Amino acid sequence: MSKLITVSPSPHMHGKDNVKKLMYWVILALLPAFLVSVIFFGIGALIVTAVSIVACVGFEYLIQKYLMKVKPTISDGSAAVTGLLLAFNLPTNIPVWIILIGALVAIGVGKMSFGGLGNNPFNPALVGRVFLLISFPVQMTSWPEPVVSRTQYADAVTGPTPLAIIKEGISDGIPVSELMGQIPGYFDLFIGRMHGSMGEIGALALIIGGIILLARKVITWHIPVSILATIFVFTGILWGANPEANADPIFHILTGGVLLGAIFMATDYATSPMTPKGMWIYGIGIGIITVVIRIWGAYPEGVSFAILIMNAFVPILNKYIKPKRFGEEVQNG
Amino acid sequence: MLKTFPKGGIHPAEYKITAGKPIEVLPVPKTAIIPVSQHLGAPSTPVVKKGDTVKAGQLIAKSSAFVSANIHSSVSGKVVKIDNVTDTSGYRKTSVIIEVEGDEWDEKIDTGKTLKKEFGLSGEEIIKKTEEAGIVGLGGATFPSHIKLSVPKGKKAEVLIINGAECEPYLTSDHRLMLEKGDELMVGTKLLMKALGVEKAMIGIENNKPDAVEHLTSLAVNYKGISVHPLKVMYPQGAEKQLIKSLINREVPSGGLPIDVGTVVHNVGTAVAVYEAVQKNKPLVERLVTISGKSLKNPGNFMVRIGTPVSELIEAAGGLPEDTGKVINGGPMMGKALNTIEVPVTKGTSGILVFPENESKREEVQNCIRCARCVSICPMALEPYLLKAASERGMWEIVENDKALDCMECGSCSYICPSRLPLLDYIRLGKSNVSRIIRSRKQ
Ligand code: SF4
Ligand code: SF4
Repeated sequence: MSKLITVSPSPHMHGKDNVKKLMYWVILALLPAFLVSVIFFGIGALIVTAVSIVACVGFEYLIQKYLMKVKPTISDGSAAVTGLLLAFNLPTNIPVWIILIGALVAIGVGKMSFGGLGNNPFNPALVGRVFLLISFPVQMTSWPEPVVSRTQYADAVTGPTPLAIIKEGISDGIPVSELMGQIPGYFDLFIGRMHGSMGEIGALALIIGGIILLARKVITWHIPVSILATIFVFTGILWGANPEANADPIFHILTGGVLLGAIFMATDYATSPMTPKGMWIYGIGIGIITVVIRIWGAYPEGVSFAILIMNAFVPILNKYIKPKRFGEEVQNG
Repeated sequence: MLKTFPKGGIHPAEYKITAGKPIEVLPVPKTAIIPVSQHLGAPSTPVVKKGDTVKAGQLIAKSSAFVSANIHSSVSGKVVKIDNVTDTSGYRKTSVIIEVEGDEWDEKIDTGKTLKKEFGLSGEEIIKKTEEAGIVGLGGATFPSHIKLSVPKGKKAEVLIINGAECEPYLTSDHRLMLEKGDELMVGTKLLMKALGVEKAMIGIENNKPDAVEHLTSLAVNYKGISVHPLKVMYPQGAEKQLIKSLINREVPSGGLPIDVGTVVHNVGTAVAVYEAVQKNKPLVERLVTISGKSLKNPGNFMVRIGTPVSELIEAAGGLPEDTGKVINGGPMMGKALNTIEVPVTKGTSGILVFPENESKREEVQNCIRCARCVSICPMALEPYLLKAASERGMWEIVENDKALDCMECGSCSYICPSRLPLLDYIRLGKSNVSRIIRSRKQ
């Protein structure tokens, strides 16, 4: 035959999804929550998001090109996802230089120091966030007032998050029924009219994003469902035992970073388990640690720490939790 | 709810371009090249020599071992050479080369089309005829069929499963066979049931062939014990272990055989071949081949004499298109790429696919992003990413303990990987090393 033909082992067909497409679906799924932030926090949301994404992509490019001396892979979209998620975890009045530090830690330490995409044990955006929380506790815990701060950035009027109000109040011995009057109502909590990190406020929008990810099979349901169910049940038991000393489970699901964490942060590919059973253990672990930190810990919010702690267990889960092989347990009848 | 297997599976685009193309008979070739090894197991021994004249259907190579199969001439003419010739496996194999003269069949063979429904043979006689006719699994595995029919001592077959899933994209030969040779298939199934001593047979068909399901269901009324079951369209529905799980909800244990769970699986093509062997005395000398591809002018389903060069088949389909980049023997998921089209069609050739240049090359690979997709789609519930990583590093112990040998090479993991990692390539490497280690351990 005159023409050369390709000879390669099977399979000869390939699925359409690639890394880039998956990452762009994640970005798309984050858009509803981003819009909610823009509606409630206005200009601050735009500045924080833009700076964070540009910084994460830029740092990844520079590190790959000049430090690692490899071909930059920023076009795969994973740095942009990290940038977006980091922004989602920051207050919208945070100064630009702090965002830059966060981005450098997220990309440089959280991702590239381990060899880049797929090799990092900890969620890069959360590494950045927790680093900032420990280094700049004041700036990281002053939250702009929704709606009124739309046109303000660094000078925004600030206030505590609903979680902080409840935690403080309970430790001062004020009954929960009284405290509930000081925080937004459930409808506001559901649509996102509250103090909080940029992307964590819009429960409804985050759930829509989660449905997009599930429908496109970007993630599976195991991790979000196990986290949410655990938090719901655990806080439900505490609430049932003493409703005046504990907030109800719906409140716990709607506030803080629970939905953002369960749907977008804990499901990060590289840092979550590979098998459904592993995912369940991981999700239940995150749920329990979150509640423990919220109720008994020093911080009002615990999702970030909980995810990072469970990230550390992922290698062990992958090593010891195996899928049930086909034909392993033969119960034929 | 349609029946299916519970673990893993993918749904590749189907491209069943030739599903509506009735069976055409490809003209007898000028020269037939018939390898003496077209089956799993030992090559057969030629019983003809240069200069002999043979008739179509005449034995030309005899089964030489327990796992081996007879080979018959597919044409009439003169043996011009017995030589080493490259076949579809890419290896050079002893082949009988026959220059065709006319088309004269062995007298014992009934080449007529009339359906012969009744039979008075015993199970053993059926098995013997199947063996004599050189029948092997026509789904592509080419395991000698008579061995599968001889149930070992201590085991018992309860149900026969007939595989009409045809889950590979593009391929439609089983589909056409079910539509056009339904009665032959039914009688063949009855013969197989008799051989195995079972009262029940189940035909499993992926539900993307509703016409075949309907046709066979209506025929099954006249054949006691045979039932037809539509199955969910899910690759690899036609893999033996998955099909058994889907139909009778039993899992063949790791390293085991279907008979361990009381069943035997035969392909629809094999059942028709058994019909022809037993009822018509016709050995396996021709088979149905799908020739397909997006750029082919005249793709179709052809009845082809064994030994016909693939190039002649491609000619019949309109010739090799300008943009050809790859030619595959078999389906796109498990088939083998050919390095030349001057190879003969053999008993295992279920399809010939011609892929355009732009679908022939693999895409650039990236790091494993640990997305767990390969784990969730593996029908054997293995961890392809891990087997790949371990094989790459030569960690054979992990490869063995994590059950690489259970991998049936369905290709689903490589198909799904968003980083385009050639997972199955590495798993094959791991499997061959583990097999080698196990063999040396036994010595
Ligand atoms: S599908 Fe590919 S990228 Fe995803 S875990 Fe498996 S090997 Fe890694
Ligand atoms: S080729 Fe092997 S490892 Fe890959 S999906 Fe199929 S059975 Fe699983």
